[in-house]
Amino acid sequence: MTEFMVDAKNIAKQYGNIEVLKGVNLQVKRGEVTCLIGPSGSGKSTLLRCINHLEKHDAGELFVDGELVGYQLKDNKLYERKSNEICQSRSEIGMVFQRFNLFAHLTVLDNITIGMVKVRGIAAEVAAERARELLRRVGLENKEKNYPSQLSGGQQQRVAIARALAMEPKLMLFDEPTSALDPELVGEVLDVMKDLANSGMTMIVVTHEMGFAREVADTVYFLDQGVIEESGDPQQVLTSPRSERLKGFLSKVL
Amino acid sequence: MTTDGDTTYRVVPVRHYGRWVAAAVIAVLAAMVVHTIFSKIPTGQVACSTTNGVRACHAVMEWRFGWDVVFQYFTSSLMLKGLVTTIELTLIAMFIGIVLGVLVAIMRLSPNRLLSIPAWIYTWFFRGTPVYVQLLFWFNFAALYRYIAVGVPFGSAHFFTFDTLNITAFIAAAIGLGLNEAAYMSEIARAGLISVDEGQVEAATALGMTRAQTLRLVILPQAMRVILPPTGNEVISMLKTTSLAASIGVIELTGAAQNIYASNYKIMDLLICASLWYVIMTTILSIGQYYIERHFGRGALRNQPLTPIERLRRDLKGIAGKMHTSRPGVVR
Ligand SMILES: Nc1ncnc2c1ncn2[C@@H]1O[C@H](COP(=O)(O)OP(=O)(O)O)[C@@H](O)[C@H]1O
Ligand SMILES: [Mg+2]
Repeated sequence: MTEFMVDAKNIAKQYGNIEVLKGVNLQVKRGEVTCLIGPSGSGKSTLLRCINHLEKHDAGELFVDGELVGYQLKDNKLYERKSNEICQSRSEIGMVFQRFNLFAHLTVLDNITIGMVKVRGIAAEVAAERARELLRRVGLENKEKNYPSQLSGGQQQRVAIARALAMEPKLMLFDEPTSALDPELVGEVLDVMKDLANSGMTMIVVTHEMGFAREVADTVYFLDQGVIEESGDPQQVLTSPRSERLKGFLSKVL
Repeated sequence: MTTDGDTTYRVVPVRHYGRWVAAAVIAVLAAMVVHTIFSKIPTGQVACSTTNGVRACHAVMEWRFGWDVVFQYFTSSLMLKGLVTTIELTLIAMFIGIVLGVLVAIMRLSPNRLLSIPAWIYTWFFRGTPVYVQLLFWFNFAALYRYIAVGVPFGSAHFFTFDTLNITAFIAAAIGLGLNEAAYMSEIARAGLISVDEGQVEAATALGMTRAQTLRLVILPQAMRVILPPTGNEVISMLKTTSLAASIGVIELTGAAQNIYASNYKIMDLLICASLWYVIMTTILSIGQYYIERHFGRGALRNQPLTPIERLRRDLKGIAGKMHTSRPGVVR
């Protein structure tokens, strides 16, 4: 078993002629929280989506839990993985989106159980019990029968976190989980995330919440125009940035 | 209404005189139409009788609409058989239409051109030709292809052969109506599928669902909300379009009416008789449509609207409540 949950070496990705990622290196140790910051359009979402193989990277090596993402190395050749294998690996990585993306036609409880039942094949009653436990954990035990449209943004995002946790992921990816929330609702989501971090979950969090990064992150990466400009200890990166770009970025978000 | 917190004023609602006049005109016109429907007209014959040596004559009257004939045939076995055939034809054609239509829509949206182009051609062709012509085409299919066989492509070995002379009028009608419907349903289904937010697919994929699972468990149920209302219209429309099958000899409702009036010449009465059945069935379908749409609308609105029955109950309760605490029209 390697030391790293995520090990990205020289990842490149382009859409048409636009180079979105230009050789990104990123390493996430097991049990650590990594915050990814950077201006809009710098490629943060693209990087997260590559880790989950929602996008294919064009070049570089990407390992999750010691295994190549999307490919298998055999006899010095890279074999593309079959789609059911890719689904299997995705199901072991939780993902939380900026716009929640809860299934609008399902109740809160069904949102959480659907992955367990349909992807993992867990019995419905067992799944429901586990879902209730998760709802308690995110402080929404009395909302199981509601539909997402009946919840506030903060509540929806907490359900989305519970939905991802239901799959018992080894890694959680958060893509700006609080950016679509009213300011007074940000705290309740960050609290759940802090809890999760304290429980030892490996997390990569794209965020503009510098307070959260400083308090919770073990490492901060600053991504700008498809390259990692700066990375390291949050205190050092956020309080005494070396590059002009990071200085400029921080002066805008703080 | 309070203006300074102490004085209360009576609120006088706006009077809509124009609306009252319009309502009165419509009510009179409606009464006249109803009167003509349920009135008698002279037949042109005169009936005479002699009582106590006095001969009296009067014109013989009859109902303008032959209601007696209508109800005499309304539940006759031929009409009822026709009714069953109409329902069967509607169900089979809609089944073919919906299943094939959703399939064509999914193909249309596929990134694979080998799937999307044939799907486009299908819709183009079947929407471009009249359904009546299509029915005649399927009915006379044997003239083009005498046998349909399953075997080695371009080879001579066959595992299964179908004699196309076995295509009855009913089968031709069911296939024709169903294939034509699929073209329209595919457009309806496509609109529904693309109405579902991309984030839903992303979330399902991130959970590890396969493409098929995502489609079945996440996209289709949500697309239903958009697909169902026009599909309900299609069912209602299909129920009536099946009457075209009479032209190739299927004895459905209209065909049955035609068969009966061919021998007794009561054309209008039997057409009314058939129409009554159509109206009854479309009414039932409309009610069913309302509740099915409600079911698939779950989660789309914060609060489910009340059903008409629930609304009626609430209104009655409201009236009963008002009678207990009746107060003048003063709002505080
Ligand atoms: N599917 C796509 N097709 C084309 N361009 C894309 C696509 N997704 C993202 N991009 C482009 O890639 C760049 C990086 O996007 P993204 O990773 O979403 O940035 P971030 O999350 O840091 O704001 C942007 O310029 C965006 O327009
Ligand atoms: Mg983004």
